[in-house]
Amino acid sequence: MTTVLWLALTWAQIALGLAACLAAYRIAVGPRAQDRVLGLDALYIATMLLFIVTGMRLGTPFLFEAALVIAIGGFVGTVSLAKFLLRGEVIE
Amino acid sequence: MGTNRRARSRPRFVSSEDFCRKLRRKDTLGGMIEENLLLILVGLPFAAAIAASTVRATAHGAAAWVSGLLLAVGLAILALLHAPISDGQVLRATLRWVPSLGLNLTFRMDGFVWLFVALVFAIGILVLVYARYYLSKADPVPRFYAFLMAFTGAMVGMLMSGNILMLVVFWELTSILSFLLIGYWHQGQAARDGARMALIVTGLGGLCLLVAMLILGQIVGSYDLDRVLAAGDVVQADPLYPLVLGLFLLGCFTKSAQMPFHFWLPGAMAAPTPVSAFLHSATMVKAGVFLLVRFFPVLGETDLWFYAVTGTGMLTLVLGSVIALFRHDLKGLLAYSTISHLGLITALAGIGSNGAILAAIFHIVNHAVFKASLFMAAGIIDHETGTRDMRRLSGLIRFMPVTGALAIVASAAMAGVPLLNGFISKEMFFAEAADWHNGTWLDNSLPYLATIAGIFAVAYSLRFIATVFFGPEATDLPKVPHEPPSLMRRPVELLVLVCLVVGILPGLTLGPTLNLAAQSVLGADLPYKDIAIWHGFNLPLVMSLVALGAGVALYAALGGRIATGPEGPPLLHRLRAQRVFERILLSLTWKLPRLVHRTFGTERLQPQLRLIVLLTIAAGFATLWGSLRQAPSPLATGFNPAFALMWAVGAVCAVGAAWLAKYHRFASVVLLGGAGLVTCLTFAWASAPDLAVTQLLVEIVTTVLLLLGLRWLPKRREEIEEDKLLPARIRRARDFVIAVVGGAGLAGVAYVMLTWPLIPNVGDWFLRNAYSEGGGTNVVNVILVDFRAFDTFGEITVLAIVGVTVFALLRRFRPAPESIMLDEEQAGLDDRTVADALLVPSVIMRWMFPVMIVLAAYLFFRGHDLPGGGFAAGVTVSVAFLLQYLAHDVRWVEARLTVLPIRWMGIGLLIAGATGVGAFLFGYPFLTMHAQYVDVPLIGQVPAATALIFDAGVFALVVGATVLMLIAIAHQSLRTTRMRERDSADTSEKEAA
Repeated sequence: MTTVLWLALTWAQIALGLAACLAAYRIAVGPRAQDRVLGLDALYIATMLLFIVTGMRLGTPFLFEAALVIAIGGFVGTVSLAKFLLRGEVIE
Repeated sequence: MGTNRRARSRPRFVSSEDFCRKLRRKDTLGGMIEENLLLILVGLPFAAAIAASTVRATAHGAAAWVSGLLLAVGLAILALLHAPISDGQVLRATLRWVPSLGLNLTFRMDGFVWLFVALVFAIGILVLVYARYYLSKADPVPRFYAFLMAFTGAMVGMLMSGNILMLVVFWELTSILSFLLIGYWHQGQAARDGARMALIVTGLGGLCLLVAMLILGQIVGSYDLDRVLAAGDVVQADPLYPLVLGLFLLGCFTKSAQMPFHFWLPGAMAAPTPVSAFLHSATMVKAGVFLLVRFFPVLGETDLWFYAVTGTGMLTLVLGSVIALFRHDLKGLLAYSTISHLGLITALAGIGSNGAILAAIFHIVNHAVFKASLFMAAGIIDHETGTRDMRRLSGLIRFMPVTGALAIVASAAMAGVPLLNGFISKEMFFAEAADWHNGTWLDNSLPYLATIAGIFAVAYSLRFIATVFFGPEATDLPKVPHEPPSLMRRPVELLVLVCLVVGILPGLTLGPTLNLAAQSVLGADLPYKDIAIWHGFNLPLVMSLVALGAGVALYAALGGRIATGPEGPPLLHRLRAQRVFERILLSLTWKLPRLVHRTFGTERLQPQLRLIVLLTIAAGFATLWGSLRQAPSPLATGFNPAFALMWAVGAVCAVGAAWLAKYHRFASVVLLGGAGLVTCLTFAWASAPDLAVTQLLVEIVTTVLLLLGLRWLPKRREEIEEDKLLPARIRRARDFVIAVVGGAGLAGVAYVMLTWPLIPNVGDWFLRNAYSEGGGTNVVNVILVDFRAFDTFGEITVLAIVGVTVFALLRRFRPAPESIMLDEEQAGLDDRTVADALLVPSVIMRWMFPVMIVLAAYLFFRGHDLPGGGFAAGVTVSVAFLLQYLAHDVRWVEARLTVLPIRWMGIGLLIAGATGVGAFLFGYPFLTMHAQYVDVPLIGQVPAATALIFDAGVFALVVGATVLMLIAIAHQSLRTTRMRERDSADTSEKEAA
């Protein structure tokens, strides 16, 4: 692995970590419930990307699955939270 | 590649060779036959029990005939065995049962056992004949005969056990069957109470006996009866000897109704009279004294034994005979007389000289004979007159002269009148009592106590005869008395005949057998003791004559006053052991638990949870403090800044969730989602990608589940003032600290475990063998569906049970009225349906359905070799279903998509089970998996393990259970909507009117 790639991946990891920190700040502080839901969604995205970057850095294909699961199913949590806020019921 | 098939490495319990060799071979053919005869002897009564339980409820004759004939076969076998027994042989037969635990079904028979077993079988047959006419047409037959025969089997098994643990098992079995037989007429309160009391007392005694036998086995180093019997010196030298003796005696005394445990026996008289005659006078209550005599060589001949056994025996003998005189109930008198006679035998076992042991065995037989006949006579009187109250019975000799004559002879035997069997053994007892043994105060008082008991025995026997059969004719009897059917009387006649024959010719009839029995207890070199009626004019004879004379005088003086007095002797009747027992039982089972509960318990959830968490934290710190300090420093194992950032995110989310949990539940749920995500990331980081995938899916489902539940929690009520005051704040701060400490501790432990350098552990074996043994490269999955498939099978069964339970609990759930109210969010939404409100998202979500199913299939099929598996696939499918419910309302989904969760679960469980059972077809243990590759056109070689089928079962069950729980909660909202609609319809109707 070249040094450039190594540096790039390491930076990407750190940057995604920082992004996750910012999302976490939004989740924790709010102020509105909608902000928190969006923050969680952003956290999901950041984590998904972090999975992929880490997989590339470790050279393993297995972390791709986890990213896939987040991509396909991660929004279900956001949808249900949003629906709870919108309509007061998750399933009606 | 190719096939590989393996047998799971499980311990083999029974191989075919073992099975063939289960009967221990002997050198001679004769030995073989005797062995088999022993086993048949134990099996016969149980066979009779099974046969009797299958007859029709009214088939009195059939049940009695079957049982009686099988017992007669038993007697014939005993006759065959008499020849080797009388040579002094000890016959043995062993069935190997759990050899690894030293637990064999060993049966042995010597002279003592032979005598006892013969007694059980002979009296058993007579009782069966008697019961045939005693039971009324309405009594259900199979239950009675089956219990009676099973009891006989248990009794014979107890007597013949060659293993002291097996002995306790059979002993307990007799207690249980006695319970069932006492409670045979369970419609009556007295029968139920008596049965319960008997079970508790004898059951507790049996527990003591079990502990005693376990310690004894540890001391001796074997549970084999022969080795225990030979190890008297070792046992008595052991420091645990007093404990063993105490527990052993508790077992024997409770069973043989010795004071102060005697009270269950009068209570047991609520049983049908055949049962009283068989169990509670002739056989079962003798089990205690049987063990006393049997274990005398091991535990006896010490001062402790003498004081405990002789003391208890004499106390029981004297008090029992005194109380018997004052009982008004016919069977009550006989019960206390039985207690008294058991005390006599116990006292003899306590004295323990050669003559005393012989006398004890002799009196066991004699008492069984005359007391069984007396019980049967009492039963006849009860049967023909309708009452057992001696104050009402009178002058019956005119109505039933034959029964009367029989009862008079049997009572005379009970009183110890010469020329009857009771006289001889009582004479032997008097001789032992008068004999000088060790000069202690107890020994010196023995002759006086014995004579007093003798006086009372004569008096109560006399009372029995005089009040029932003589005097003026009774006038107020429920029935007009008459003689019973002659066959009902026949057993009594036979027993009374035995009383006479043994009483007149003791040396010729029972002498050799008794000496043989005594020899097998005390050793073969015991000198032969001649049993005779006449020993000259000696001290025992004087004692007998004094007892007879004083007894007649006592009854003449007291007789008139007893009938008008209370039930029990003067002063003593106020102290009823039965009452004391019931009071103790009440306080132990009702008052004390409630007191403990009031003092230490709380019904509030919060203190309970707080205690549990605090204790867990304390235990965790206590055990881990030392070992965690050896853990490598977090910085030494390669610090990764991105990882550190993510953990910071996770920590903030977790702490925030705890902080907001009280008043901002929604925010708390969101924060929990963040913490869960970081947990998944950590799994992936620590090389567990499949765990990460599964955890992610679970995380998604959990969020929805929490939100579904959140809807039913009450809102914050600002008007509660106390919430804002200092105590409430302090309380919340304390709980927050506890939560943070617990969470941080757990995170620390997890971190240390994840970064701990790898050492050789059990996981290596799985890593090495996953492919060669299980045919899969995904070790986690192979462990789940192959190596540990049995555990997984158990877990999915539990999951199914949980699912059904949740469903059942929610089915009857009715929402509280205040949660039916519309939220402010909903109130602003007028009446738009979900499809209108979320048109675009709902279309996207509908289209995601096939995508998710494909993902599930992908996870499922590669599960055996690569990350994935049935569980992950199952959760994915349920997420797909869930998404449809989110996108539309319940009615829309259920009109188009039929999910039958219960059926999914059932089929899943069946598939998993069938895969396991399928292994039997190929001769492998349950859940043995088979792995091979098959060629599929176009795709190539595809791994096809039977584990995949098992995994399919897991998959189906997980889908079913998850969907069932989610839908069950979701339907609550539907119910609310319906109720709300009904309410508004009601109001509009009212407005219209």
